[in-house]
Amino acid sequence: MSSWKTTFRNNLKQYMMLFSLLAIIIAFNLLTDGVLLKPMNVSNLIFQNAYVVILAVGMLLCILTGGNIDLSVGSVVALVGACAGTFIISWGWNPHLSILLCLLIGLAIGIWQGFWIAYVRIPAFIATLSGMLVFRGLTLLVLKGLTLAPFPKEYLMYFTGYIPDLFPNAQLFGVKNTTSLLIGVIIAICFCIIQIHSYVMRVKKQYSVESVWFLVLKPAVISPAIVWLFYVLALYRGVPMVLIVLGIILVVYDFITSRTVVGRHLYALGGNEKAARLSGVNTHRLLFLAYVNMGLLAAIAGVVFAARLNSASPQAGNGFELDAIAACFIGGASASGGIGTVGGSLIGAMIMGVLNNGMSIMGISTNVQQVVKGLVLLGAVAFDVISKNRISFTFWKRLRKGDRGRFRASSPKVEAEDGSPSLHQ
Amino acid sequence: MAKVLLEMRSITKEFPGVKALDNVNITVMEGEIHALVGENGAGKTTLMNVLSGIHPYGTYSGEIVFDGRICQHQGIKDSERLGIVIIHQELALIPYLSIGENMFLGNEQHRRGIINWDETYRKAEEYLRIVGVDESVRTLVKDISISKQQLIEVAKALAKNVRLLILDEPTSSLNERDSKKILDLLKTLRDEQGITSIIISHKLNEIAYCADRITILRDGSTVETLDQTMDSVSEARIIKGMVGREMSKRYPERTIDIRDQVAFEVKNFTVYHELYHDRKVVDNVSFMIRRGEIVGIYGLIGSGRTELAMAIFGRAYGVKISGTVIKDGQMLELKSVPEAINNGLAYVTEDRKDSGLLLKNSLMHNITLPRLDYVANKGRIDRDREKQIAEKYREALGIKAPNVEQLVENLSGGNQQKVLLAKWIYAQPDVLLLDEPTRGVDVGAKYEIYQIVNQLVEQGKAILLISSELTEILGMVDRIYVMDEGQIIAEMPRSEATQEGIMNCIMQHSKGEISA
Repeated sequence: MSSWKTTFRNNLKQYMMLFSLLAIIIAFNLLTDGVLLKPMNVSNLIFQNAYVVILAVGMLLCILTGGNIDLSVGSVVALVGACAGTFIISWGWNPHLSILLCLLIGLAIGIWQGFWIAYVRIPAFIATLSGMLVFRGLTLLVLKGLTLAPFPKEYLMYFTGYIPDLFPNAQLFGVKNTTSLLIGVIIAICFCIIQIHSYVMRVKKQYSVESVWFLVLKPAVISPAIVWLFYVLALYRGVPMVLIVLGIILVVYDFITSRTVVGRHLYALGGNEKAARLSGVNTHRLLFLAYVNMGLLAAIAGVVFAARLNSASPQAGNGFELDAIAACFIGGASASGGIGTVGGSLIGAMIMGVLNNGMSIMGISTNVQQVVKGLVLLGAVAFDVISKNRISFTFWKRLRKGDRGRFRASSPKVEAEDGSPSLHQ
Repeated sequence: MAKVLLEMRSITKEFPGVKALDNVNITVMEGEIHALVGENGAGKTTLMNVLSGIHPYGTYSGEIVFDGRICQHQGIKDSERLGIVIIHQELALIPYLSIGENMFLGNEQHRRGIINWDETYRKAEEYLRIVGVDESVRTLVKDISISKQQLIEVAKALAKNVRLLILDEPTSSLNERDSKKILDLLKTLRDEQGITSIIISHKLNEIAYCADRITILRDGSTVETLDQTMDSVSEARIIKGMVGREMSKRYPERTIDIRDQVAFEVKNFTVYHELYHDRKVVDNVSFMIRRGEIVGIYGLIGSGRTELAMAIFGRAYGVKISGTVIKDGQMLELKSVPEAINNGLAYVTEDRKDSGLLLKNSLMHNITLPRLDYVANKGRIDRDREKQIAEKYREALGIKAPNVEQLVENLSGGNQQKVLLAKWIYAQPDVLLLDEPTRGVDVGAKYEIYQIVNQLVEQGKAILLISSELTEILGMVDRIYVMDEGQIIAEMPRSEATQEGIMNCIMQHSKGEISA
């Protein structure tokens, strides 16, 4: 059915990204003699990148609204960590309550920024640049320039702990944490059931469906991947608690962006603000909500990161905003908004994470790592732009011809107007 | 016998997968106005891009002979050196630079890179006088009207010592009065300075008015060249060449079934400008539409018609809006676009690319956007249902796309316009405000759009058709309101309206001889 082909073509970029990620993983696994995919390191990878993924999800929503970014998230992470440290370590408050309070602080920050951006119409870049300075300053004020440590066990347990093993004596397939493996299997089975169920429902309601092969292929690839991940984790100490947090966030936001009215409105806003407004989308409120949401997710990332550091440090979260933004763009988000997916951002964050981790294992200095990461970002976006404009096509052709004339990116706009693969009759 | 200035011989240009031009031949004489016509996608713009070097030598096959010499343009610079200047449909002036600065942009009056401003402005003034624009050369371009900007583009071309001026739809966003100004300027330039022009246009009456010869393109090939110097060519003759068949009727028949019941009424509507809060853009306007009636508002650009429609549509434009909106006898207080939509109003915007469609989204997502609640359950979109419904509208409106997942930017202008209509028909409104529904659409697609409009009104919907094409208004509507400078200055039934009558109304109103 040609309609599925169109869908496939529209999502081609994402498949390409996924393949790049797999290629990078395989390459580093070979370069590090298999250290990259050792159970302990896989567990590490999750801990190292959880907060970047959380931030990237929030950042994606901001970018979707029209290429707006949030520069303040690194500072918000620090401020929330500082608050958590002060509440729990200095004042000895109940950790659960403190976490809740920290999330509320994040919400408040989001409301503050969203107000200026959406209702006063201050460009997001400027409003959040201000936020970046303000919240970093507040962090220093709260901590008085000092680092607070360590956090009590009850707090750390949520974000740096592993899920408890219910069957400590069972050593299924030689794994250390049988429960983890079981969870993986259950998730994989649920995934298959949901897929089949939705397929059956669609056939029943006489909607058009993809071919059976597609139905089989998707679970056949994804389910083993899930089981494999949980198996590897089970070989070490089990499923990290933070993976559960992450999983919930990813599923919820993927659902919001792809299946709900609010999500569709987000894409419409970024795609064409005027058209969206004239189609009844409340554009100001949507922009506001995107930043409120960013505040909340930055707060979650802040609590997670404080736990990972096991301290509240004034310098925490430096440069996180850039990691999150880079993850979104590597994952195929458009700098002008309206294009991008949660899955893409996850892939983008993972590409960065694996690069970091892989190069660290190989003993490459962080200075070189920065260079590589920067080039990967440029390369990913350049690939996207070039493949879209077919510049390369003309460029290489002209080069081959030995044409010395000045090269012109043969204006794709004009082609669409009057010729090219459009469907005019 | 005039001499041949330009000859393009067997030009063939391919884009990946599409042959945009197939063995096109065209001969342009020195000192003539040559019109290039054809439906959207016939290859007019591509041909001109080949000529001006936007598609460089080597990317097409065939020969261009200009003034007796074979050209191998690598880019616009090369063609401009020969005096071939193209003015694109989307004006390329920089809003925050002055008229003088714009006129010499890329052609700066300089010595070793240092600009001589006195010389620049002196020359600019000279050219400005030639094109007849009454503005200071230091005025910023953003502060002058579109029609003046268009004239500035011509002046800019003159400053480059133009010999062959190419205008791509110069009048598409102009009203008839301003269009005439441009066309008259071309005639003057031809007669006084011997400048040759090629004009691309959809407006056949304008072509009949100014062109000496007319070349018709269809599906990337030349059909024929008609000579108007001897005797005039009828519009029907041109259309026949364009569509390849006789189109006796440009407006489809409709069984008129106007019911007495007033479906929609606007009373004493006043709107102020969004930026200049003390400027009235709509001044005490009242009108009404009956069920099953098409009412036209004819007004020139800047007459306040778009502002009126948008202000009615949930205050999407303007400030300090006052007046009442009554639908089916009930007064409505529409404070936002969603409220307007929920109360059965639809506004089809005049500029589909700018404010109508999400070009990078699929047909399906575009169509369902105004009423996602029709396909959603508690905020959750049923994507299968959405697809099914979108597919239904695609078929009903005859949108030529393989499926509804197709991105809108890949469709032709006429089909994009149909998507825009589909989107608002899907919203199931009772009252449709159509703002220039056939702008930039070729004759064939226009006819189909008129058919759709007729079907809607036969279903008993009330339709307001805003247009700056008089023939369209006269061909489609039952009753006409004429709007000028924010006011309704006349109302007349279709049977009493004539082109001359309406234009006279406006002329006299601008002179201040009558007031509403």
